[in-house]
Amino acid sequence: MQTSVPSGMSRRHFMSHVAGASAMTIPALTMGQSIRTHAADLKKNGKAAILLWMSGGPSTMDIWDLKPGASTGGPFKPISTAGDVQICEHMPQTAKVMDKLAIIRSMSTREADHMRGRYYMHTGYVPNPNIEHPSYGAVLSHELIDSRSSGLEIPPFVSVGGGSVGPGFLGMAWAPFVVGSNGQVRNLDMGIEENRLMQRMAALDMIEKNFIGQSRGSAASDHEKILKKTLNLMTSEQMEAFKVNKEPKEVQERYGNDGFGRGCLMARRLVEAGVPFVEVDLGGWDNHQNIFATLGTGMNPKLAVLDRAMSALVEDLTQRGMIENTAIMWMGEFSRTPRINGTTGRDHWARSWSVVVGGAGMKGGIAVGKTNADGTSVDTEPYTSQDVMASVCKALGISLETTFTSKSGRPMKIANSGKVIKELFV
Amino acid sequence: MTVALTLACATQAFGQTPKVAAKGASDYGIPQVAEINKGIRQVWTDNNMIPSPPATDSEWCRRVYLDLLGRVPSVAELRSFAAIKDSDRKAKLVNKLLHDEAYLEEYARNWTTIWTNILIGRTGGTEQNTLINREGMQKYLRDTFASNKPYDRMVTEIVSATGSTTPGEMNFNGATNFYVMKLDENAAQATAMTAKIFLGLQVQCTQCHNHPFNDWKQQKFWEFNAFFRQTKANRKQMPGMRMVQSVDLVNVDFKGEGKGGAQDEAIIFYELRNGLLSSAFPVFVDGKEGSRSGNANYANRRGELAKMIVGSEYMEKTIANRMWHHFLGYGFTKPIDDMGPHNTATHPELLDYLGKEVRKANFDLKELMKWITLSEAYSLSSRITPGNKADDPLLGETPKFTHFYLRNMRAEELYESLITATEAEKTKGDYAEQEKLKSSWLQQFNTTFGNDEGDEQTTFNGTIPQALMMMNGDLVKKAVSTEQGSFLQKVATSNMRPADKIDYLFHAALGRSPNGNEVTAANQLMQLRGGNSAAALQDIFWAALNANEFILQH
Repeated sequence: MQTSVPSGMSRRHFMSHVAGASAMTIPALTMGQSIRTHAADLKKNGKAAILLWMSGGPSTMDIWDLKPGASTGGPFKPISTAGDVQICEHMPQTAKVMDKLAIIRSMSTREADHMRGRYYMHTGYVPNPNIEHPSYGAVLSHELIDSRSSGLEIPPFVSVGGGSVGPGFLGMAWAPFVVGSNGQVRNLDMGIEENRLMQRMAALDMIEKNFIGQSRGSAASDHEKILKKTLNLMTSEQMEAFKVNKEPKEVQERYGNDGFGRGCLMARRLVEAGVPFVEVDLGGWDNHQNIFATLGTGMNPKLAVLDRAMSALVEDLTQRGMIENTAIMWMGEFSRTPRINGTTGRDHWARSWSVVVGGAGMKGGIAVGKTNADGTSVDTEPYTSQDVMASVCKALGISLETTFTSKSGRPMKIANSGKVIKELFV
Repeated sequence: MTVALTLACATQAFGQTPKVAAKGASDYGIPQVAEINKGIRQVWTDNNMIPSPPATDSEWCRRVYLDLLGRVPSVAELRSFAAIKDSDRKAKLVNKLLHDEAYLEEYARNWTTIWTNILIGRTGGTEQNTLINREGMQKYLRDTFASNKPYDRMVTEIVSATGSTTPGEMNFNGATNFYVMKLDENAAQATAMTAKIFLGLQVQCTQCHNHPFNDWKQQKFWEFNAFFRQTKANRKQMPGMRMVQSVDLVNVDFKGEGKGGAQDEAIIFYELRNGLLSSAFPVFVDGKEGSRSGNANYANRRGELAKMIVGSEYMEKTIANRMWHHFLGYGFTKPIDDMGPHNTATHPELLDYLGKEVRKANFDLKELMKWITLSEAYSLSSRITPGNKADDPLLGETPKFTHFYLRNMRAEELYESLITATEAEKTKGDYAEQEKLKSSWLQQFNTTFGNDEGDEQTTFNGTIPQALMMMNGDLVKKAVSTEQGSFLQKVATSNMRPADKIDYLFHAALGRSPNGNEVTAANQLMQLRGGNSAAALQDIFWAALNANEFILQH
């Protein structure tokens, strides 16, 4: 019998060896082989998206859609920007790059519960007990990585400092790769020589195949894909992209010496390395109490953290010519009540709020839509999570006719048939 | 098995309606098992599906150890089960794991873990400035499961708990840890979590508006909420420091809200979406009214609520659904704690039946566990056959339980299983220290979203970070260590024949012998390691532990 434990075999050789033995591993093989050859192309054509996720639901009327003078308005003052819009005084750096960003001020959604809102804003679908929808990170990385000959060895969907939402029926192979903002990936080294690692992997492969061969469904075969990806990762030089401390000191400082700052810097490095979707998490927006101190006037205010990193990211992407190909999204699960409550906080509110998008050819410097004088309702055409996603897809050149079929046969249109927000493209 | 497969293919090929075999599985003379089998079979018949053949004995044995005790069986345990040839050997094993003194601690540990996660989450009590004492919660639950306290009593004790959160305090009552962090914003979380965990009702959205999908109205949320308005969490600071030392959960007089509030008609107010105020008194979900008095001596609102919960059929169905989900991987509704007309159960009659039976059994959860683990559905192979290929809940189909659904081991199960598989002696430290070690290992997978609802997420979900941990993490490195005194070193230097050593390792990790290919591969590794059999065994064991056959409950 042909044994399959390789003796003295390089990693590349091993990958082809494994691929030869099973059709299951072919995707891993193609990923492994084309690496360095296509790296240049990949950077040139690479379309990507960065999602800045504001976990907890940020009060957008204190950041992007101020209502000075209204009883609901809060104490922050608006300032002028490089674009044709005004934003909060506590976002001075971002103000300078607002010509690259558009505020969609007429968001109106229905999910004001954290987990439901998180799911909805990440997928375009409301939670449904019978199906798990893939998050935008899974969908976009799936689409963008198919559209180029990728030599990517690190996962195409990286989530920094948060967790994002899973890949749903697209399968675990499209799950977010969750890393901390220190950029250190745990347990990366086995501490044995490569030959022996390959031999171990071959033995493992054999046990995997035995089990999968017994028709156990997708959960079993998914694991095999994950193992291949993990092996790729362990031996990949692309892991350098995670190392933000390789950046010059002043660059690190410009982004901010905090988790979100490092996360945004990492996002830039990952996109440069060819990663098509990066999500960076900034939590702490569930401001039921003391909202103005937390955001702007207290010690270590949230908006300063956001302002530093977000502006540095846009600046860097612009400077490197990457903004033409990189879509940026800023959003949380919902916003907060116009009414200021008894503990100087704002509660959950989804009916009238803002998200910010930019890059990838979307028009900057504008505000799309309007809310009424006290911010309690949307005066113009209301937009949804699906509409934001449809617009980002259009910007990235992904057809809105793209349809996924959950294996039960249920078709799922990309961006849940959202409509493109026209103002972003004129 | 081959015969069944061939038959299934043949009927499919000829386009005939497949028929479920007339002969039912054994019910061990237990009427509840017979009833479960009947209910599950009915859906197979209705959907023209043929169940998979039974799992092998060792697969089933591994399954039941994992689900009841939270770990895989040891090689010795597998062998002792294989040695029993009686037709009721499965019933014997279940009884042993549930009732034998030798397994009591592990049983209690497993269910403590499960319920700690349900009640305060994987991160509750681990963060800075928390009011929760995780150890206190665990202590309460461990006592509960070690003494097999009836479930209705456990619910009563948790819902009406008063006392200190922290072990060692005079009035210590670990059950209080459930509510201490859930009293903010007029106890909105206490309301939502009580309804969700014990009644299977998701009401959190109705705090602010009528529920879009079920018939809960905002009024109901606040009526339910009114039961929690006598509850206060008093912090006890360490002398001279700001850190909270313990918390006392107490019932205090509630005078009602607003001007002219009267204690004997202690009213609460809430805001409608149009900004108008509305009012509420304690009313249970079925319309039963609680006492309007806020006087804690006269009326104990949470005590009344506990009685109503325990008396309601929501509670019995919720626990039946939760247990079914635990053992079969899917509940009768998804999610299990969102039941109601908007989310119909896959097997409504069976769910009703199990709820009623567990009540009849005085909420002895071990009885419910026994019925489920001895049911036909729980005994089926996880291999998918042509006759049940369409039964795939991952693809959005409602589960029909025609085969056993694969699922990832929980992080805690994996931890305990690694310790079992490597025969790591649990002599290092006492119970509390062992739990601490485990908990610090677990924290690498857990993140909180940092919102007021305490939502959290685990990355222990079969993706790359987990694979990296299994390939290279400290725990696995320790498991495959060949140092003096280690498990592998003992196997390597034992007087077993080389083939038996490999067989032993396969049993430890996968509960089975290696097949021909695996034996060949193992032998070749032996050669490659040039006679260093410990190193070769290390590679083999590493491979087996990293296989999905190890990390999946199958």
